[in-house]
Amino acid sequence: MPDTALTVLDARSLQRTLRRMADEIVELNNGTDDLLIVGIQRRGVQLAARIVSMIAERENATVPQGALDITLYRDDLQTVGPRPVVGPTDIPTDIDGKHVVIVDDVLYTGRTVRAALDELADFGRPRRIALAVLIDRGGRELPIHADIVGRTVSVPPGSRIDVLIGEMDGRDAVVQVTPGTPA
Amino acid sequence: MSGPLGKDLLGLEPLSGDQIRLILDTAEPFKEISERAIKKVPTLRGATIVNLFFEASTRTRVSFEFAEKRLSADTVNVAASGSSVSKGETLVDTARNLEAMRIDMVVVRHGASGAAQFLAERIESNVINAGDGTHEHPTQGLLDLLTLRDHFGKLDGLKVCICGDVLHSRVARSNIWGLTKMGARVAVCGPRSLLPNAIDGMGVTVFDHIEEAIGWADALNVLRLQLERMTAGYIPSLREYNRVFGVSRERLERAGRDLLILHPGPMNRGVEIDSDVADGPFSVILDQVTNGVAVRMAVLYLLSGGRPELAEAAKGGGGAAR
Amino acid sequence: MSKLILLRGGRVVDPSQRLDAVADVLIADGKIAAVGARVAEGAPGAEILDCAGLVVAPGFIDVHCHLREPGREDVETIATGARAAAAGGFTAVCAMPNTDPVTDNQAAVGFIVRQAQRADAARVYPIGAVSVGQKGGSLAEFGEMVGAGAVAVSDDGKPVASAHLMRTALEYARTFGIPVADHCEEPTLAQGGAMNEGLMSAKLGLKGIPSEAEEIMAIRDILLARRTGGHVHLCHMSTRGSVDLIRWGKERNINVTAEVCPHHISLTEDAVDGYDTNAKMNPPLRTADDVEALRDAVKDGTIDVIATDHAPHHYDEKEREFADAPNGIVGLETALAVNVTWLVRPGILDVPTLVERMSVAPARIFHLPGGTLRPGAPADVTVFDPAAEWVVEPARFRSKGRNSPYAGMTLTGRVHFTLVDGRVIHRAG
Repeated sequence: MPDTALTVLDARSLQRTLRRMADEIVELNNGTDDLLIVGIQRRGVQLAARIVSMIAERENATVPQGALDITLYRDDLQTVGPRPVVGPTDIPTDIDGKHVVIVDDVLYTGRTVRAALDELADFGRPRRIALAVLIDRGGRELPIHADIVGRTVSVPPGSRIDVLIGEMDGRDAVVQVTPGTPA
Repeated sequence: MSGPLGKDLLGLEPLSGDQIRLILDTAEPFKEISERAIKKVPTLRGATIVNLFFEASTRTRVSFEFAEKRLSADTVNVAASGSSVSKGETLVDTARNLEAMRIDMVVVRHGASGAAQFLAERIESNVINAGDGTHEHPTQGLLDLLTLRDHFGKLDGLKVCICGDVLHSRVARSNIWGLTKMGARVAVCGPRSLLPNAIDGMGVTVFDHIEEAIGWADALNVLRLQLERMTAGYIPSLREYNRVFGVSRERLERAGRDLLILHPGPMNRGVEIDSDVADGPFSVILDQVTNGVAVRMAVLYLLSGGRPELAEAAKGGGGAAR
Repeated sequence: MSKLILLRGGRVVDPSQRLDAVADVLIADGKIAAVGARVAEGAPGAEILDCAGLVVAPGFIDVHCHLREPGREDVETIATGARAAAAGGFTAVCAMPNTDPVTDNQAAVGFIVRQAQRADAARVYPIGAVSVGQKGGSLAEFGEMVGAGAVAVSDDGKPVASAHLMRTALEYARTFGIPVADHCEEPTLAQGGAMNEGLMSAKLGLKGIPSEAEEIMAIRDILLARRTGGHVHLCHMSTRGSVDLIRWGKERNINVTAEVCPHHISLTEDAVDGYDTNAKMNPPLRTADDVEALRDAVKDGTIDVIATDHAPHHYDEKEREFADAPNGIVGLETALAVNVTWLVRPGILDVPTLVERMSVAPARIFHLPGGTLRPGAPADVTVFDPAAEWVVEPARFRSKGRNSPYAGMTLTGRVHFTLVDGRVIHRAG
């Protein structure tokens, strides 16, 4: 049986969802002052960039944007095989006293967010850190929740969520993939 | 438990161009860590690293120690003078004792060529060669490559001349292997008494005159001239060495273009390199030192951990980050 | 009735009589009694050793080995060395004098002779030192040493650095008709060297010993032999240049002979890669070009003999940094197989020439008994299978030394019987 793919968000609904998330971020922050939007490598960075440009359109304000690679903070480095590739981390401003919003594509176990929180703490002491995710698929292993969620999806065991971003994958979409059984 | 580089880093000769590129690429994100307020990531938390230095070294040992500490490893420095080595313990016994202490990695500096490989073949821990005799000093070679790549944007086609005592230089050998594997063209320049007889077999051009080398190269890597070479009869005097082979501002200006100047340190100012060159605008000697920490972090990261048996155990708990 | 042994049906190869034929060899009273097709008929009741398919040759003689006794009995003794020799098909070996104390006097030579008699294996002929204490100063007492049983003099392990000393040694040795065997090494060029100087030493960062260190001393010795008329024997030649110089000397009828070791005709400096201390010896393993020249020289006789330079070391001593490890490998138990594998099988040497270089020539140039199966000669005989393959397992050596670069290799050529004075001192297990 081949893989089956169920579309969760198509390109237009993805864009719409992001726009809503951008609005919610500004709302949560009560404006754009002291706001810093940090994407988690790699698709979180792309989503953060879109959110920043949407905020710029609506609010006519330039919100600083950063990127976090959490590889070096992963809690499973002792157990994975070959070393994962480390991407760049770029925090452009002093984060002390800032309102930081972490952006990622999928929230699942919560371990990535835990690593991101630890990493951010090494850069300084923000006033507040919020979490915005495009998809919350449940299955948390740590006491972590998102402040802003694009879409909540209940994913059956064995299936996965693939977030496709035009800049990296050629098209925008969120699909739920259920691996087929080998023929 | 061998990663993309294998168990050990013994030299650049056994590595492929892709492996060297991986280390250089991995070093890039590590540069940023040293610029943070808290210059530390938890990556090697719980890992034990012994810096086993049978030869005195300040800069390499300190650079490794910073790299290890910025990755949160537990480190112990063992200097030959303060250990049982001075009581006549053999290298093999030293190796066995380290093994018995369940360490994860050993960074070794030793006066005998092949000592790092000797150790690596006898212990399960990862071994990083921090200089073995006149054989190789791979992390120095890598930081030189990184510095050159930072400056020129690429290594392929770059013309680099290694100047000075190539015969006794592990830095020279690591540079020759690393640069040629990355597509750079390599030359050496120095008195023939300080060049290995068979040097052309290593794929390098030989210049007898420093002026020719300066006229040809995009960058000079100027080696330290050990003062004892004089007493051993390889060269007549430091004064004459400086006059004939010294890298001076006048010589560089005559080239009519800018050459990048590297030096592995420590420098003998006024011997192989003049102060106004070492401190001049085209010297990247301090960039090399900065890059040294990033390259060593990259090597430690790439060699460390990755224990599949733990991964098996963790599977049930869903250990992956996502 | 005397004890009779019949070596039956082997291929008898004795270059001293230009003999190469399937025949029986009859031994009586420890001497060769007869060689021929029907000698068995006259020997009822003889002990029969079946030699069908095997080569029966005059016993091999090694003119260069280190038996370490006195001084380093932990790494080899005369007894273990003589048993290792027997296992390797050697009926006699010459022991170099770099013992502790140095074999530089009559009493020391006598000690070796007595220990060898007690060992009851291969014969051991002592070589005395050229200079007192091998210090390169004053001449040792050649006459006294020869009287006690020495068959040559050498400062092997250390070169005779002084040309004057070499000259007087060659002159003085003439009275006793013994060769002066020299380890050719110009000390200032070789100092600190751990391997051949070349691309490999440049890569490994090891100090090299240039070929010229050997060749300069080889030509010095040849020229001094010309001047003095003395017999110089050049030990363990390792370079193409040395071969050319020996050829030059022989063309001028200079009294020079030379030896090569099995490792120098089989291995190159590439074996050092990875810092294998079992590939460390002096002179060092050289290049493929040198190996080719040495093989040709063994073939054409420019090099007279193949000698092992058997040099056992304790495993601890080899288990260390390359530059600090001692030189030398064990060779007695692998010599035949290495020679067969790298000289006979590729067709460089035929079996008679191999026997010439390992038995007949050593006896001739060192004036030793043996090297022949003529009736009346001592029954020193080696019986080997030139086609049998075996895997080198140092743990099974009779020698105490385990330091062999051939460990784990499959070699061709295996000794079946070794007889000294008509007694079987080794029998393949």
